[in-house]
Amino acid sequence: MNITQLPYIKDVYGFLGSDVMSGLVGLLIIAALVPLNVAFLVLVERKVAGHIQLRPGPMEVGPHGILQTLIDAVKLLGKEMVTPSSTDKLLYWLSPIIVVAPAFVGFIPLPFSPLVQIKDVNVGFLLIFSFSSIGVISILMGGWASNNKYSLIGAVRSVAQNVAYEIPLLLATMPIILMTNTFKLGEIAQAQAQSGLWFIFYQPIAAIIFFIATTAETNRAPFDLVEGESELVSGFHTEYTGMRFSLFFLAEYTNMVIAAALFTTFFLGGWHGPVLPGAVWFFAKTYFLLFVVMWIRWTYPRIRFDQLMNFAWKILIPIALVNLFITAIVLKVL
Amino acid sequence: MLNIKTIDDATISQRVYQLNLGPQHPSTHGVMHLLLTLDGEVVVKIEPIIGYSHRGHEKMAENRIYEQFLPNPARMDYLSGMIFNHGYCMAVEKLCGIEVPRRAEYIRVITSELNRIASHFIGTMDYAMGLGAITPFLWGWDDRENILDLLEMISGSRLTYSYGRFGGVRNDITKEFYDGTRKFIDRLRSRFWDYENLINQNVIFIKRSRDVGVITTEDALAFGVTGPTLRGSGVKYDVRKNEPYSAYPEFKFEIPTRKEGDCLARYQVRMAELEQSINIIEQALDHLPPGPVRAKVPRFVTPPEGDCYVTFESARGAAGFYIVSDGTRVPYRIKVRAPSFSNLFVLTKICPGHFLADIVAIFGSIDVTVPEIDR
Repeated sequence: MNITQLPYIKDVYGFLGSDVMSGLVGLLIIAALVPLNVAFLVLVERKVAGHIQLRPGPMEVGPHGILQTLIDAVKLLGKEMVTPSSTDKLLYWLSPIIVVAPAFVGFIPLPFSPLVQIKDVNVGFLLIFSFSSIGVISILMGGWASNNKYSLIGAVRSVAQNVAYEIPLLLATMPIILMTNTFKLGEIAQAQAQSGLWFIFYQPIAAIIFFIATTAETNRAPFDLVEGESELVSGFHTEYTGMRFSLFFLAEYTNMVIAAALFTTFFLGGWHGPVLPGAVWFFAKTYFLLFVVMWIRWTYPRIRFDQLMNFAWKILIPIALVNLFITAIVLKVL
Repeated sequence: MLNIKTIDDATISQRVYQLNLGPQHPSTHGVMHLLLTLDGEVVVKIEPIIGYSHRGHEKMAENRIYEQFLPNPARMDYLSGMIFNHGYCMAVEKLCGIEVPRRAEYIRVITSELNRIASHFIGTMDYAMGLGAITPFLWGWDDRENILDLLEMISGSRLTYSYGRFGGVRNDITKEFYDGTRKFIDRLRSRFWDYENLINQNVIFIKRSRDVGVITTEDALAFGVTGPTLRGSGVKYDVRKNEPYSAYPEFKFEIPTRKEGDCLARYQVRMAELEQSINIIEQALDHLPPGPVRAKVPRFVTPPEGDCYVTFESARGAAGFYIVSDGTRVPYRIKVRAPSFSNLFVLTKICPGHFLADIVAIFGSIDVTVPEIDR
């Protein structure tokens, strides 16, 4: 929440400095929001999967199984955290912690509505992308430290995949930056709200590339080669148990939320929409995108690794470059 | 597929590592152990290690009377238990010279073909799951469930049936089963459209399957590959047509074949066989003859001295029972020809040069059951 805009709070906590205070409150809100949101998303995922697969999904705990993920979280908390004897203890312990932290940071510049935003950082989306890149390091650490060949293959795949897909991801956002002349996510959403025309209508190709690249960045099917359970058992987190495993899970779903929120901000007009308040529109769009991601996951088989690489380097990056080039020329001429 | 011959042996010995795919692994269908030698993610060598679920069925046969061995064949290939049960009964009947009533033969064909559909659903949809698509698997599971319900209705068990008896089947089919099978066939026909849209036309599915794990006709014949795997490599061989048994000569059906020999071809052959099996069941239900379902057979059969070999088409290929009798109530020796065993070892020839992910796909497309290999 942009607390600096509410004068009385600024008066009360002025001695702390409004930025520090709003940051702290914001982080607390994130810390509460993220796990709850993930618990909800896991339930949605299981329900969506269930209904696509001609079965009801979780039904036992609570009405229609709505408390299932809470029970699962309790179960995971109670489980023993096994550390295999031949692991690199420090890296093995550090990896699940490092994977979660950048996922939380990603929430700071997200504009949920004109008022609800923790801080409209002037490097906005660069902040999110640079922090999400740290997640890759932790996956590599976890895969390497596990001392398991399946984990190692998963980790190596993860690095190659993330490096390859970050390029089209950034190239797909550059046309938006050219059009709005700002890195601030709040202003990008504002620009669309003012004109009323969402950027997906100006940049449909960039939107598709962005969607594909974020799906690959968040290791979701059909690009979930990092986990690829049919070949790599469980990929980089094969050796992780209990709460450590659930931290990887938490990070995956949090990254999904951030990716969907970014797509909403860049291409779907952010909070812009009639009648209902902005935050409602923002979350509605984000959750619709998350549903699409789940829908894709339960429909498509997994793509093979060489095909994945070819897709990024031979198809997505050239198209994204051409798209950027055309956008630049059109903007210059107009 | 990469050309691994470009790397010389000295380099390979430095950079390869071994990976144990199984015996406990999500996609090795039970307890199959594949010892892979990998260069990065490319397979240099593959060695299937079998024997983890060896239970000594063939040895067991030497220590019990023919009737007591009846439950065992279904436990070899647990996915097409009805067909194996049928095959064993045929072998003993041939040895003793027992005539089977026509109605019983028809019922055996109906149940065997139902079982074949159930097995092919596992074969095709489990292959799709090996590629990472979980939904087709559960859709196939849903259709298979109907078959298991039907077979449970007449045989009492869902997987390891011993419904066949020497000289017929245990009991006649009920009206419930007859109507249920009709209803199931109608439902399945309407479901093919769904499968067509969900996976058969899926871009990623086709990209992952085409030109992967090509078995040439020569390789297939050299390794003794049979069943849908052989028919995917362009050989039109099906025991039901080439060496007809039971009531199969009385039905009209096609043998689907594909020339390509890749995973997609094998998958398509199995999907096409589903429709042929439906046709057979429909014809059998239409012309179900009246009469007894079991011939007059002594309580315990005592075959004369001699031996016989009976071959039949299981869901995985040409299976066979070779029985040697020494004139007592206990068989002297029973040898089983397991199609999965021959099909499996073609992996050693076709896998090198493929990616790790393809190994899972190829293994799934060959569709083996481990207990049948180990027996």
